[in-house]
Amino acid sequence: MQFKRITLLVAASALALTACTGNTPEPQGGGNQSGGVKVANDEPGKKVVIGFSAPAADHGWMAAITNAAKAEATKYSDVELRVVEGTNDVNLQISQVETFINDKVDAIVLLPFDGAALTPVALKAMKAGITVINVDRQFDSPFAARSTVLGDNYGMGVSAGTYVCERLKDKPGSVVAEIAGIDSLPLTQDRSKGFAEALAGCGLKVNNRVAAEFTVESGERAAANLLQAAPKIDALWNHDDDQGVGVTAAIKNSGRSEFFMVGGAGSANVMREIKADNGPHKATVIYPSTQGADGIRLARLAVQGKSLGDLVEVEVPREVQLYAPVVTKDNVDRYLPTAFES
Amino acid sequence: MSEDTAAVAAPQSTPVAKESSVAALLASPAGRNTGLVVALVLLCLGGVVTAGDRFADVDNVLTILRLAAVIGVVSVGMTFVITGGGIDLSVGAIVALSSVWATTLATQGIANDTHWIVIVFTALLVGGACGLVNGMLIAYGRVVAFIATLASLAAARGLAEIISNRKTQIVNVPGFAAFFDASVLGVPVLVVIFAVVAVAGWVLLNRTTFGRRTFAVGGNPEAARLAGIDVRRHTVLLYALLGLCCGLAAAMLIARTTTGSATHGGLYELDAIAAVVIGGTLLSGGRGTIAGTVFGVLIFTTLSNVFTLNNLSISAQAVAKGAIIVVAVLLQQRLARRSGA
Repeated sequence: MQFKRITLLVAASALALTACTGNTPEPQGGGNQSGGVKVANDEPGKKVVIGFSAPAADHGWMAAITNAAKAEATKYSDVELRVVEGTNDVNLQISQVETFINDKVDAIVLLPFDGAALTPVALKAMKAGITVINVDRQFDSPFAARSTVLGDNYGMGVSAGTYVCERLKDKPGSVVAEIAGIDSLPLTQDRSKGFAEALAGCGLKVNNRVAAEFTVESGERAAANLLQAAPKIDALWNHDDDQGVGVTAAIKNSGRSEFFMVGGAGSANVMREIKADNGPHKATVIYPSTQGADGIRLARLAVQGKSLGDLVEVEVPREVQLYAPVVTKDNVDRYLPTAFES
Repeated sequence: MSEDTAAVAAPQSTPVAKESSVAALLASPAGRNTGLVVALVLLCLGGVVTAGDRFADVDNVLTILRLAAVIGVVSVGMTFVITGGGIDLSVGAIVALSSVWATTLATQGIANDTHWIVIVFTALLVGGACGLVNGMLIAYGRVVAFIATLASLAAARGLAEIISNRKTQIVNVPGFAAFFDASVLGVPVLVVIFAVVAVAGWVLLNRTTFGRRTFAVGGNPEAARLAGIDVRRHTVLLYALLGLCCGLAAAMLIARTTTGSATHGGLYELDAIAAVVIGGTLLSGGRGTIAGTVFGVLIFTTLSNVFTLNNLSISAQAVAKGAIIVVAVLLQQRLARRSGA
């Protein structure tokens, strides 16, 4: 038995070796390499009408969500995108989705102002046979969406904390500060939790923590208070690059430069600052603003019955969670094209 | 549209014009409503021309009416307060607070043990109580309505955030959403409620002593007082009535979203005041029309629907909304001047 298995293994690896070195494509192996499938995915198929609705663009990141979705849709000749523009009134957003249902669109990509509040109408759409793709803020019923695209808030904290650890690992007793977003939101709590847990891995902790409200003005206020409270800081993580505009202003006003700063969400102006190395930001962690665009792609694939390119699975997955990478001077060029303008 | 009683009861307005000139017709309440009907028809024509069958479709009309229902109930209440010479900036916040209070775990627990109607009563009670507080502050505390309700706006939404801890509260009580989701002869229950509130409001304003007192208090409070009306008590009642409407709107919004949240009802005060004003109710009080308000609500929600169907932006919609308000008020001033001359 044992011997048989080993010979089989050897034979298999020999086969794999020839497959790798040989230039002639292997007909059987080619099937799950799916390079061909990927090309087929981009080829025009059946026409897909997609309805898109998101909250009001009162924030650079949110504006980028809709813009990226629109830009993605124009890349496909078989996609007709109907965008209803942002609203923070759930009553109005529900009626927008009802309009999509009346129009019998093929798919709805929905970033709800409030996931729970939009669940009933999303269920209605699914019952009407429409493919609903939920983006960023989750519905509270698994039946309300065919597929969900999510960012990783906890992962943002972990990425930021790990980066701080790397830079400060030889300096025990370093002072780490944190400027959070709206403190009562679960996403803020997740980010802070990930940050604290990653820091604990290298014996550091958050020494000073303040919270802002995702706006430039609140960022300036929170940072000014923080700089007063902490006379010496080694590292500062700010959860959000939009409020970061205010944070940077406060730092410049104070004339402090003893610490490095890590941003959050990944705006283009912070990435340009990292690239030019002319400000407090030395890194930022990404919360992708291309989630809506990914929602458009998933909706198109799901309606056309295609699979997700490089996966073996024949159906579009139920959930796609995006990664929160750290952007530094070394890799900024890779991320700058998809960054959002705040 | 026989709301001539409005003009009769308002002490300031001229006696009903006897001559049947076009000017008099336009200046009469019925004439103003004709203008609104024309505006609504034009808007619908715009919808049909630009969106065709997608607009002129039963499902789409129901979508418009469902959107109108929640804000419509608030606007009917707002008509009473503005006719009575007041203003209420806190309606959106009261909707939010009522929705949160009615969906707390405690309320839902009681509702689960007894009946879902508890949720509706809680919303009505909280809304009514908020209105009562507003009215007391204004009538007995002698705080200017604008300031008193501005304070309530901040406080009620803050309280809603504290109670809900800024979380969205999901309703799990069986039967509640099912009732509001149902239809009566093809008309959604939400729309039926709006219709009932509008008709009841019309009767209350135009066919009862309460309504006549409202016109009198709004038109000239001093004269009303000398005529033996308890102006302060009546003012409190008007705000409490609007509070009740907000509570009902909250219950409807809870049913529509299956949630209560401190973010519900954002800027409803502006939507409601705008609908009331373009409907022909005088912001200075003394003249008010429920039918006009209903048309005002329908004009704004139809506008919103036409814009949605045509992929136009919310920002452009806001500009159009502003323009409609300005035109309506300018027209109103001209008519008021003419009827006063």
